[in-house]
Amino acid sequence: MTQHTITSPAFKENARAALNNTQLQRALGNVEQGFIAKRSLAADALPEFDALRDNARDIKNHSLEHLDLYLEAYEAKVIETGGHVHWAQTAEDARGIVLDICRKVDAKIVTKSKSMITEEIGLNDFLEKSGIAPIETDLGEYIIQLRGEAPSHIIAPAVHVNKDEVEEAFRKAHDYLPGNRELEEPEQLLDEARRVLRAKYFEADIGITGANFLVAETGTSIVVTNEGNADLTQTLPRIHVVIASIEKIVPTLEDSAQILRVLARSATGQESSVYTTFSTGPRRPDDPDGPDQYHVILLDNGRSAMLGTEFQEMLRCIRCGACMNHCPVYHAVGGHAYGWVYPGPMGAVLTPSLIGVDKSGHLPNASTFCGRCESVCPMRIPLPKMMRHWREREFERGLNPATARYGLKFWAYFAKRPRLYHFAAAFGLPLLAFFGGRKRRLRKLPFAGGWTRHRDLPAPQTKSFLQQWQKHEARRRGGRT
Amino acid sequence: MSGREAILGKVRNALAANGSASDRQQVVTERLETAPKGIVPARGKLKPAQRVALFRSMAEQVSCTVRQVKKRDTIPRAVMEYLRSKNLPAALRMGDDRRLTRLPWADFHTLDIKTGPSDGDDLSGISYASGGIAETGTVMLQSGSDNPTTINFLPEHHIVVVDAKDIAGDLETLYAKLRRKFGRGGMPRVVNLITGPSRSGDVEQKIVLGAHGPRAVHIIIVDA
Repeated sequence: MTQHTITSPAFKENARAALNNTQLQRALGNVEQGFIAKRSLAADALPEFDALRDNARDIKNHSLEHLDLYLEAYEAKVIETGGHVHWAQTAEDARGIVLDICRKVDAKIVTKSKSMITEEIGLNDFLEKSGIAPIETDLGEYIIQLRGEAPSHIIAPAVHVNKDEVEEAFRKAHDYLPGNRELEEPEQLLDEARRVLRAKYFEADIGITGANFLVAETGTSIVVTNEGNADLTQTLPRIHVVIASIEKIVPTLEDSAQILRVLARSATGQESSVYTTFSTGPRRPDDPDGPDQYHVILLDNGRSAMLGTEFQEMLRCIRCGACMNHCPVYHAVGGHAYGWVYPGPMGAVLTPSLIGVDKSGHLPNASTFCGRCESVCPMRIPLPKMMRHWREREFERGLNPATARYGLKFWAYFAKRPRLYHFAAAFGLPLLAFFGGRKRRLRKLPFAGGWTRHRDLPAPQTKSFLQQWQKHEARRRGGRT
Repeated sequence: MSGREAILGKVRNALAANGSASDRQQVVTERLETAPKGIVPARGKLKPAQRVALFRSMAEQVSCTVRQVKKRDTIPRAVMEYLRSKNLPAALRMGDDRRLTRLPWADFHTLDIKTGPSDGDDLSGISYASGGIAETGTVMLQSGSDNPTTINFLPEHHIVVVDAKDIAGDLETLYAKLRRKFGRGGMPRVVNLITGPSRSGDVEQKIVLGAHGPRAVHIIIVDA
């Protein structure tokens, strides 16, 4: 049911539909209201926050520069503690490995905790087609699974859904429960999900989780949640499968402590997430609970090709979601408009790397370059700069639309002829300023309906910068003599 | 070529310009052996008395209830009082941690104690934490028959005992303790850091307690 059809090429149409979707617009208000204030409070409450961000960045840079060696060290440790390591070059490889593990124990039900990687490889769809039922256990993921949707946010997958829509989905899916039950409030909805999913944890043959970190020193996978769903997912079934991409590696436990300090604060504004769980290998002789088998699938799927390029820094991303929480474009159109798994600024950089800029060229263009994403990124990833790199690549390959290319040529014609440029500016600016009126906003402009339909265009000053500068200089000189 | 060789080969090629193989290996080995510490926030470096006070207030901020007792012997009474205050049946699940099993539970003969991992039907469970972290109000639990992992997640109410002397300022101190116990590079199967009862904000960003794990976490700090 989960949609993984790439609709990134239709970003403009997606965005238009999103802007006209009143339910979505109501839900998106929660992003802007909630996340920004919480993060800022948490960051301000820790004087060392910015220094920790520097450290977090340096740790990931170091890990990436020695990635091959840390991967080997990590693998050796997992094997030493009785776990299995599988290497997947592509999404298809990863799906095949999961299916093999399922087939060996004749698995029918697989519980899953939230994992963007499994979205990236389209695992749910694939398992369903193979006759295995994947059950999402994170409340947000469960909601969108019932609605047959993809996540619209990397840490709040159902942020686009309002509570009446959740109620509708639950009434439809849980039709065996009394029809007259009260189900309007978040508490009641959560309670119902808790009861329904509790049974599933026990039924499942295999539990699949992602990982926030893989620790080379100990062969440990770390997963962070607030609900505790990852813990039940990995503790109750016979087999625990961790799916993680290769850049999740950090050298030591101490390194994970540094990044953990910036992760929750950047994501939800918590000092710490409720559950931080370190898993190392399968059940031991002394263990009365826990899985008999522990598997890790290391996924590349395009990441190694980012190493050594201008996009390497993107591999520092810890998927906190701060960039999209602070993005005016994301606030306006939501996550689905981006058309694939990763939305917002991090998606605008990562998606072209993973599925190609030919399919996702709109995404790095869907930015005002306001720079808020970079200013809040705990890993200090220069997102706007990398979006610009993608725009350059797109332009070099002639992938951007004809209107943009002709527009640039038109502008370049003037830009190369300063006199003509000044003449045109001296003529055009006062005109725009006049139509802007006292509020200095243009609500409509010929040929610019794409802009003005959903927002005003700020009207320019009457005089160009150069004109003002010349006047300023003349006055200064005049004043001195 | 296997996936492993292909991926490692691509990574190596991409990083080829970064120094000689032996130098790189040495950097990595050293880092894994020394595990440099990084920044510990000032609030993670308080003196013991302030540390316990901070632990307590941080835990309360994330919706734990906290009680401090003088001696271990008084834990059963504190547990009974908690169960009564929440109108819970006098029943408790625990592992075979001797710090728990040796307590005078028999003083409360109505109390029904079950040992071993939780089967999902327990309303209340008790665990003995291997440590606490003042910086965030977090308790640390380790898997094993002492304190089975399922008790941390299945019961509705999780009572966690922690000795005041085991409350550290920061996570790094607890890592060091794990290394002393399990050797360098060693870890128990599972280490759970728990900071408050389970919660979700997935419906309209409203935080609701009691998602998949416990609805309530009650911490008992033991002074001696």
